[in-house]
Amino acid sequence: MYVYDEHDRQIAAERVEQFRDQTRRALAGELAEEEFLPLRLQNGLYVQRLAPMLRIAVPYGMLSSKQLRALARITRDYDKGYAHFTTRQNVQLNWPALEDVPDILAELAEVEMHANQTSGNCIRNTTTDQFSGAQDDEIADPRPYCEIIRQWSTFHPEFAFLPRKFKVAVNASEHSDRAAIQVHDIGLQLVRDNNGELGFRVHVGGGLGRTPMVGPVIREFLPEKDLLTYLEAVLRVYNRYGRRDNKFKARIKILVKALTPQGFAEKVEAEWAHIKDSPTQLTQDAIEKFKTYFTEPAYEQVPDVKETLATQRFENRAFDQWIAHNVDAHKKPGYAIVTLTMKKTGTPPGDVTDRQLEQIADVADQYSFGEVRVTHQQNVVLADVRQDKLFELWEAITPMGFATANLNTLTDVICCPGGDYCSLANAKSIPVAEAIQRKFDDLDYLYDIGDVDLNISGCMNACGHHHVGHIGVLGVDKKGQEFYQISLGGSSHHDAAIGKILGPSFAREDMPDVVKKIIDVYVDNRTQEEAFLDTYRRIGIDPFKERVYA
Amino acid sequence: MPEVITHDGAILNDEWIVVERPAEGESLDIPSRPALIPADLWLAGKEHFLGRQDIGVWFDSHQEPEMLEGLVNELSVIAVNFPKFADGRGYSIARLLRERLGYENELRAIGDVLLDQLQFMKRCGFDRFVLRADKNAEEAARCLNFFTQGYQAATDTDIPLFRRRAS
Repeated sequence: MYVYDEHDRQIAAERVEQFRDQTRRALAGELAEEEFLPLRLQNGLYVQRLAPMLRIAVPYGMLSSKQLRALARITRDYDKGYAHFTTRQNVQLNWPALEDVPDILAELAEVEMHANQTSGNCIRNTTTDQFSGAQDDEIADPRPYCEIIRQWSTFHPEFAFLPRKFKVAVNASEHSDRAAIQVHDIGLQLVRDNNGELGFRVHVGGGLGRTPMVGPVIREFLPEKDLLTYLEAVLRVYNRYGRRDNKFKARIKILVKALTPQGFAEKVEAEWAHIKDSPTQLTQDAIEKFKTYFTEPAYEQVPDVKETLATQRFENRAFDQWIAHNVDAHKKPGYAIVTLTMKKTGTPPGDVTDRQLEQIADVADQYSFGEVRVTHQQNVVLADVRQDKLFELWEAITPMGFATANLNTLTDVICCPGGDYCSLANAKSIPVAEAIQRKFDDLDYLYDIGDVDLNISGCMNACGHHHVGHIGVLGVDKKGQEFYQISLGGSSHHDAAIGKILGPSFAREDMPDVVKKIIDVYVDNRTQEEAFLDTYRRIGIDPFKERVYA
Repeated sequence: MPEVITHDGAILNDEWIVVERPAEGESLDIPSRPALIPADLWLAGKEHFLGRQDIGVWFDSHQEPEMLEGLVNELSVIAVNFPKFADGRGYSIARLLRERLGYENELRAIGDVLLDQLQFMKRCGFDRFVLRADKNAEEAARCLNFFTQGYQAATDTDIPLFRRRAS
């Protein structure tokens, strides 16, 4: 995990004092609200329906147990004793007082955390695959590159006032995309060229929101040393030519579409030609230095324990289900990747109490080298668990509520805070998630349905990623009433696609039955090996329409 | 007397005025005192200004600094207008003037220039700032110096932190 040196510590400390100064001037009336707005947003501070909301950065999802304990203490001391894991691998506090925020930032800085650029029209937290470094099919560990991007984008003087927010994601796996890179402003796929040289395939102009798009490739191969100069060229073209007259047309995807991907790529290449050999070009020494922060933990030489596990699974059905759904293969013999699910029915997806944060810290210390990763599906990963400890871990986390064996199933819902907390929302999203979870409470039935991404957003801003849900739900406002529009067939994975709208929207109380009908159409039509998305792609949207609107 | 702030926060009297773009069909009225005129109009009527060291130019945020390629150092002052502080195009214009076009003389930020943007402007090559009239120039020095270093290369330093660390 990255560790601050004296430079990082100094910059973090200076940032806290700067924000303290800005907050003082805002409270004293020296800064008009519209002047303070971008300053507080670039520090993750929204003013929300009930209180300010502070979004704390978790760079590419990595947290240490020490940081988790600090977060627990902060939620207790400054908030109501709980926090929320977001769909950008960050953490949100829902009730801090504005005047306390500088002190919260100071406490965060002590554990090498911050809230820089978690909102506002700037470069946001870079995200990546939560299994980075632990899976066996990755081209290279993406985290050193994420940290390189984090540092480059932090307080970048040229790009603090972009036309709109800007999100970068990096994926390293050859066969899967858990980082949803094709729906980001920039998506970077680690690849090797024919000579074995490491680099990136660059997608630009994907995104969700009002105009969802899958990001086209604008460069097939970018050598790793050119990462920052190329990003700088993309951002400069966007900063100069992105639309600023209409907030809804200001994302880079609109510019890429207007210029065509090829036209956009040509502009970027022309800009890049001027700066590619500048000192911002990465040196091999620098890359190697960043890599030293993400070396393997001290794995022990232990064999796989297939037989013991088989016996334990045979004797305990709940454990068997948990292994089947929440545990993934690890690159090291004798180890496994465990996902702690934060999706227990009755708890808003991603919400954790201060005590639970400490419990996560405890199990991380005991079972996974003191580190966790937050996922964009709002769960938490222990990436390096010994297989012979799995049963013990499962017994420990079951009473904590983290062992619900529903990972990637219909009830592993991605859900934004919605109208319960967020002032942008048109409709509540958490009660919809809960009603659907209650409707599908039979695990055997859930397993029979298989992997289904159900994503719920309370408004067009799409924090719940509804466009890329196999089943997407969008809250809409109809004459002051909350309604929900459904889309089908979206995906955020390698086969990225934007879902199609099913038809007219539904009242909240109808939602569980509507989802049940959609699932029924799948179950009635599927072939033996088809998952929900396969069947949808084969039969199209019409059979679903017919059943739901019959 | 209007004030202009230097890169280290000192406050100077400002002699320069900004000449707005004339309305359609009207001609540019050139004052006999130090004045900044729209960059494209200077370019179009360059021969009229020969010998006038007290004529500089200003760019609006949608304009392209490349139009003055090869000519920038004929000017002793170039200004970049921030029509709204949230319009960040001026930062790119400044870097291009300095780093691409090699401009070496005074570069000033004008328009909706607030205190908390000064640090970014300075890093992008501005060395003079005309604060919006309601802002307190006495605070500029503090706001210019919140940070002792940055992570990236920019106009102020071409050595990014990752290269400084390596040595």
